[in-house]
Amino acid sequence: MAEYLILIYGDEAAFAKADPATGDQMMKEHVVFGERNAAALRGGNALQPTSTATSLRTDSAGNVTVTDGAFAETKEALGGYYLIEAADLDEALAIAKQVPAPTGGVEVRPIRVFD
Amino acid sequence: MLAATVRVTGDIDIAEECVQDAYARALATWSTTGIPSKPGAWLTTVAKRRAIDVARRASTHERALPLLVEPVAAPEPGDLAPPDVIDDRLRLIFTCCHPAIATDAQVALTLRLLCGLTTAEVGRAFLVSEATMAARITRAKKKIATARIPYRVPPLEELPSRIDAVLTVVHLLFTTGHTAPAGADLIRRDLVERSLDLARILRTLLPDDADVAGLLALILLTDARRATRTGDGGELILLADQDRTHWDRAAIGEGIPLVRQALGRRPPGRFALMAAIAAVHAETPSWDATDWQEIVGLYDLLVEIWPSPVVALNRAVAVGLAEGPAAGLVALDALATEPLLATYSYLASARADFLRRLGRTGEAREAYEEALLLSENAVERAFLADRLGQVEI
Repeated sequence: MAEYLILIYGDEAAFAKADPATGDQMMKEHVVFGERNAAALRGGNALQPTSTATSLRTDSAGNVTVTDGAFAETKEALGGYYLIEAADLDEALAIAKQVPAPTGGVEVRPIRVFD
Repeated sequence: MLAATVRVTGDIDIAEECVQDAYARALATWSTTGIPSKPGAWLTTVAKRRAIDVARRASTHERALPLLVEPVAAPEPGDLAPPDVIDDRLRLIFTCCHPAIATDAQVALTLRLLCGLTTAEVGRAFLVSEATMAARITRAKKKIATARIPYRVPPLEELPSRIDAVLTVVHLLFTTGHTAPAGADLIRRDLVERSLDLARILRTLLPDDADVAGLLALILLTDARRATRTGDGGELILLADQDRTHWDRAAIGEGIPLVRQALGRRPPGRFALMAAIAAVHAETPSWDATDWQEIVGLYDLLVEIWPSPVVALNRAVAVGLAEGPAAGLVALDALATEPLLATYSYLASARADFLRRLGRTGEAREAYEEALLLSENAVERAFLADRLGQVEI
């Protein structure tokens, strides 16, 4: 078995404009996803929007600059994640396909294991 | 042989080393004992034994070796249970053509691992340097191991979504061999034959699949012309001038029923339509007897389901043959702004041919010169240079 992180990307602007019913609907879909994949789920969280993010960059001299906003500005921003356990990539992709991501998509990354 | 060894090692790199070891052992052993009656089986056995040794030694590091192979499961009812070798090659091609691998790397991996081409040869087939191709292949192999892309034929319910990538790769393999993008020879027989092998194997897996039948038919019917596509001196002979009595009748006889099967599914897929076009040529006794209206009709359907610029170009050429060079030129010029065709020598050479037929020799010369600049295949270049020489100013 191996672990994979499913990163959920979406259009924050579209999500901010959505009515409360859309938000409730998405919440419900995540609950259904969680119940259906309980055996594989190892963790997961939704994130506050990138307007609340703070980024730190270190230059070659070791100085740290603190800035407001996401590390990289993209149309689709990281909005949440699930940590799952799966036998192989096909199994991980089968779970990732069920993750609700109506305004974007998901990225599946294997978790690195250090011996 | 590599495919069988991967099943033991679960790791492509280690399997490649074991296969190389087996060849080295063969050189040493066969020079004293003579060549065994089944050299292929001998090599596979040695490579697999070597793989088992390696696996034993590595057992303490087992967790560090990502397993590509699922534990051997008992055959399920309804399994086709093809022979071992076919099974291994199928697993390997589905791994190489996994959608999580970039398309260019899928083809490269298939050529390298299933067809045994060297990295340099794969690079030449796709017009990139050996170093670039080595990096592409290494990256793909690393992803297979790290992301754990499974080494197996997908379960039946997933096959329909997975088979298209495999067919695309086999088709690209065939077209690359049918008219080599570069080099001294028009045809790369090894690539053509490997694509034919793979298409046959896929058909044993999915005998009822219309796309598989279509691709196998397309390869058989197109390759049936192989012997007549070049002359004694290796020069290019166009479809119009080929001696159709020397087309491979056995291949055509095998291909035609497959086309019928492929066209049985509605709407027909792209391979079925391309095979149907090839079948029209295969069943027509001469170039002059060709039903170009039917061919244009098939291309119209093909463009609809597969709007590729190359398909549109072929359709335009068929229009010219059905309705005359002026109509063909209009159809070709509609594609002039297509960026993907800007460096494609066939657009220029098709324009040149229609211009020549219309007696617009100055423009024909320019178009032949442009085609010559764009083609890197020696046989095609010789043909274009010859045509250019025939066009008087």
